[in-house]
Amino acid sequence: MADRFPSPFEMPTPPGAEGWQDLYAYSSVFSEDRREYEESAFWFMDGVHTPEVIPPWDATILEYAIIALSQYNTRHYVIPPALGVDIRFLNGYMYLSPVGVADPAEIEARIPEFAERAGYYFANWDRLYAAWIPKVRALIDELESISFSPLPEREDMAVITEGRGTGSALGLLTTYHRLVDLTLKLWQHHFEFLNLGYAAYLDFFGCCKQLFPSIPDQAIAKMVAGIQVDLFQPDEEVKKLARLAVELGLASRFAGPAPAAEVLDGLRGDPQGDKWLAAWEEAKQPWFNFSAGTTFYHTDKVWLEYPDIPLGFLRAYIAKVQRGETLERPVEAVIAERDRIVSEYTEFLDSDEDRATFAAKLGLARTVFPYVENHNFYVEHWAHSVVWRKMRDLGRVLVAAEFFENADDVFLLSRHEVPEVLFDLYHGWAVGAPSRGPKYWPREMARRNGIMDALRKWSPPPALGVPPEVITEPFTVMLWGITSDSVKQWLGGPSDAGGLSGFAASPGVAEGPARVVLTADGIGELREGEVLVAPLTAPSWAPVFGKIAATVTDVGGIMSHAAIVCREYGLPAVTGTAFGTRTIKTGQRVRVDGNAGTVTVID
Amino acid sequence: MAQILWFENYQPADVPVLGGKNTSLGSLMAAGMPVPPGFAVSADCYRKALADGGIGGQLDALIAAVDPHEPASVAAAGARARALIGSLDMPAGLADATRAAYAELCSRCGEADLPVAVRSSATCEDQPDASFAGEHDTYLWVRGGDSVTDSVLRCWASLFTDRGIAYRLERGYGHAAVAMSVGVQQMVRPRAAGVAFTLNPLNGDRSQIAIDASWGFGEAVVSGEVTPDNFLVDKVMGAITKRTISAKTLEYRLTDADAVVAVPVPGDRQSVPCLTDEEILAVTRLARRAEKHYRCPQDVEWALCGSEVLLLQSRPETVWSRRPRTAAACTADPITSMVQTLLHPSR
Repeated sequence: MADRFPSPFEMPTPPGAEGWQDLYAYSSVFSEDRREYEESAFWFMDGVHTPEVIPPWDATILEYAIIALSQYNTRHYVIPPALGVDIRFLNGYMYLSPVGVADPAEIEARIPEFAERAGYYFANWDRLYAAWIPKVRALIDELESISFSPLPEREDMAVITEGRGTGSALGLLTTYHRLVDLTLKLWQHHFEFLNLGYAAYLDFFGCCKQLFPSIPDQAIAKMVAGIQVDLFQPDEEVKKLARLAVELGLASRFAGPAPAAEVLDGLRGDPQGDKWLAAWEEAKQPWFNFSAGTTFYHTDKVWLEYPDIPLGFLRAYIAKVQRGETLERPVEAVIAERDRIVSEYTEFLDSDEDRATFAAKLGLARTVFPYVENHNFYVEHWAHSVVWRKMRDLGRVLVAAEFFENADDVFLLSRHEVPEVLFDLYHGWAVGAPSRGPKYWPREMARRNGIMDALRKWSPPPALGVPPEVITEPFTVMLWGITSDSVKQWLGGPSDAGGLSGFAASPGVAEGPARVVLTADGIGELREGEVLVAPLTAPSWAPVFGKIAATVTDVGGIMSHAAIVCREYGLPAVTGTAFGTRTIKTGQRVRVDGNAGTVTVID
Repeated sequence: MAQILWFENYQPADVPVLGGKNTSLGSLMAAGMPVPPGFAVSADCYRKALADGGIGGQLDALIAAVDPHEPASVAAAGARARALIGSLDMPAGLADATRAAYAELCSRCGEADLPVAVRSSATCEDQPDASFAGEHDTYLWVRGGDSVTDSVLRCWASLFTDRGIAYRLERGYGHAAVAMSVGVQQMVRPRAAGVAFTLNPLNGDRSQIAIDASWGFGEAVVSGEVTPDNFLVDKVMGAITKRTISAKTLEYRLTDADAVVAVPVPGDRQSVPCLTDEEILAVTRLARRAEKHYRCPQDVEWALCGSEVLLLQSRPETVWSRRPRTAAACTADPITSMVQTLLHPSR
C-alpha cells in the first residue's frame, strides 16, 4: 500500500483541456509559486458538494463558501486546533486541504480566545439566531431586487432632468459587483453559526460515546433531530397540494404523462382548478426555490423553473392519497420516540452528576441544531437559486448584445472576467463602434466548451498529496466524512471481497437490486425497492426515498445533508463508502446495513 | 397448607415456601415472560415430612458434631443425613398431589411421560450475600410420576450435600432454618442457547445487552467449553452494534436415551451464526423484560426452542452492579469539553 497520494503536479492535463487553468482564479490553482507547500499538503476531492466538473463562474460560490468557513475558524472563533480549509481547482474539480494548527503552544493560546468568543455565541444563541433568518431574508430580498437589462439606445430623459450624471452601463457593472458581493455576504452569514453548531453537536456526541461507548450514531442524531424542519418544507408543500387535489376532485387531471405546463394550463378557468392553482402559487414562494442537485451548479434544476420535478412527486403523492395512505409524518410518534430514547439512556446513567451533564449537553445540542438543519434551505436552495437566475439574466443581456448564443454561456466566464466583458459591452455602447465580444466570444465559448468536455472525461483521484497520520481536523471528519480509515482505504484501492464499509448514517437493514445513479438527472430511473447507489445524495432527492429500499453513497459523513434526510425518512443509509459507485453494478443484489455501516454484494 | 404451587399463580406471599429458584421462575412467569411451565412442591412439605418422620433431632445432632474444616467429618455427617431423609416415606397425600400435578403438566404440554427437570430450591438461595449456586442437586430428563416423586425426595436429601453443609456452616446459616422447596419444570430441547447480560460486561455500559450464544444446550456456553458467538445490542435502539462469530466446535445434544452429551459440530456449521438478527433481538427483548421486572441488571439464561426464545433463569448481575462509579464520565463545562473534542475527535 502506498503511503501517499499522487502529487497534484503529477496530474496530467486531459487531452483537449489545455489552458483550463486560465478559467479559474489564479489564486485557486496549483502553481510553482507555492509548490513546496502544495506538495506537502493533503488534498481531498470534495465529492459531497461537487461531484462533477465545475464551470468557471460556478467556482465563485465554492470559493466564497470555503473561505467563509475558513475565516470563521481562523479569525472569528479561533477554533483551537483548526485554521481554515484551503481550496484548489484541478482539471475542473475542487480539492480541499484542511489546515491545522501545528504548534501545541499556539493551540493552547487559542483556547481562551475560543472560550470567550464561542462562549458568547452559545450563551446568547437564541437572541443571535433570532436575528439570523431576518438577516438572510433581507439579503435574499436584495438579491431578488437585482435586475439586469440591455443597455438602452438612448439614456432616459429622467437621467437628464434629474441631473444624475451617470449612465446605464455603470449601473450594469455596479449591479454585477453587488450580486457578487451579496453572494460573498451570504456565505459569511452561512458560517456565522454552522461551525459552532457542529462543535456543540460534536460535544454532545463525544459525551454520549463516553457514557455509552457502543451507542449507535443514529441514536445520538435522533435525540437531537428537530421536528419541524424548514429543509423538508418543500416536500411537505407538495404533500399538501396532493391532498388538496384529491379533495377538490382534481386527481384525474394530474394523471398521465402530460408536462407540467399543460397540466397547469388545463386547470385554469374552472373554480376548483383555480383554487388549486392559487395554492400552488402560494407554495412556490419560497418553497419551490428548491434544487434537485447539490445547489452548487448553475445546471442544478430548481423546482421553480422545472415544475415537472415537483409535479412528478405530486403525482406519486396523489396516488398514495387515493390508496388511502397517510402522507403526514407521524409527528406525535416522532416526538414520542425521541423522548423515549432520551429517557431510556438517562435511566442508564447512575449519578445525578452524569444525568445533569447529559441533559445540559443535549440541551445545547438541541439549541444549536435548528440552525444546522435549516440554514441549508435558506442559503443553498433559496439564495443560490436566485443567484443562478440573476446570472442567467445577465447572460441574456450578453446574448442580446450578440456576445454569445446561450445565456448559460455566462457561466463559462470566471468571476473576474465578467467585469471585463461588461466593459467591452460598455465600450462599444459608449463609443457607438463595434465591441470585440461578438467576434471574440463565440470562438472562445466553443474552445471553452471543448475544455469542459475534455475535463468531464477525466476521473479525479479521491485525494492528492501526503495524508496526515491521523485526520484530526474536526470539520473534515464531520462534514466530509473523511477519516483516517477512509484515507487508508483510498490508498489501498477498492477491496474485491464484495464488501464496502462507510458510516452507519441511518439505521435499518435492507436488501434489493442496486441502481447506480451518477447524476441528479438519473434519479428518475429508480424503481420501487431498489437500492440507490450514488456519489452523494442531495436533500432534494428525498421524494424518491418513498420508493427505494436504502441508500449508499461514495462520500459524506453522518452529518452530511444526505444522512440527515435519510434518518428523517427512515431509510437505511451507508455514507462515505468511497468506492460504492465503482464497485457496485446496477442490478446486483446488495444488502445495506445502516446499523453497522456495511454494504454487501450478495450476487 | 398448599402443597403444589403452579409457577403462573405466583404471589409474593408464597416466597417463604418457594425457595430462591422457584420464586424466580414463578415471578418471571407471573409477569408474563416465556418460562417453560411447571410447579413447585412447597417447602412446607419438606418440613412436614421431617416432622412426621421425627428425624429433626437426629439431623440437629449430626450437624452439631461436624468439624467444618475436616472434609471427612462433613462427608460422614452428610451421608448419614441424606440417608435419613432418603428413608422417609413421602406423605401419601403429597405423593398423589405431585403425581397429579405432573400428569396435568404432561397434558398441558401435550406429551405423555413429559421429560422434566426436578430442581432443588432452598429457602436460603439467591441471598444478596450468598447465592448457594450449585450447592444442591438437580435432576434432568426425569420421566413418569414415580420418578418425579422419587426425585423430589432426592432433592430434599440434597440439602445435606457435603458442599451444602460446608457452605452453610461457613456462611453462618443454621441448617434447621433452611427448608427445601422443589421445582418440577418441562425440559426444553434448544436449537441454540446461552446467556445474556443486561449490560456490557467489558465496560459496564448499561445501555447494552451482551449475548453469548452457541448451538444446542446452554451447558456449552455456561461451562466455557466453546467460544460462543457474541452479540452486543443497544437496548434503546434495538440495534446490533457488534457481532463476533466464533468457531463453535461442540454442542450438547440429547441422545435417544435421554442423556445430554457433547458432540462435535460439523465444520460447515461451526462458523455459521447460531442466531438470526430477529432471534438476537428476541433474546434482547426477553433479557430487557427480566431486567425491567427486577429493576436491576440481570444475568439471564435463555434457550431458543423452535421459533421461541425461552427464559430459563434470571439472576442479578453482580460484578458491575456492585462497583461504585468513581467520577462523572464527561466534562460538564461545554467549552472545556468542546475543546477536548475538537482536539481529539472520536473518529
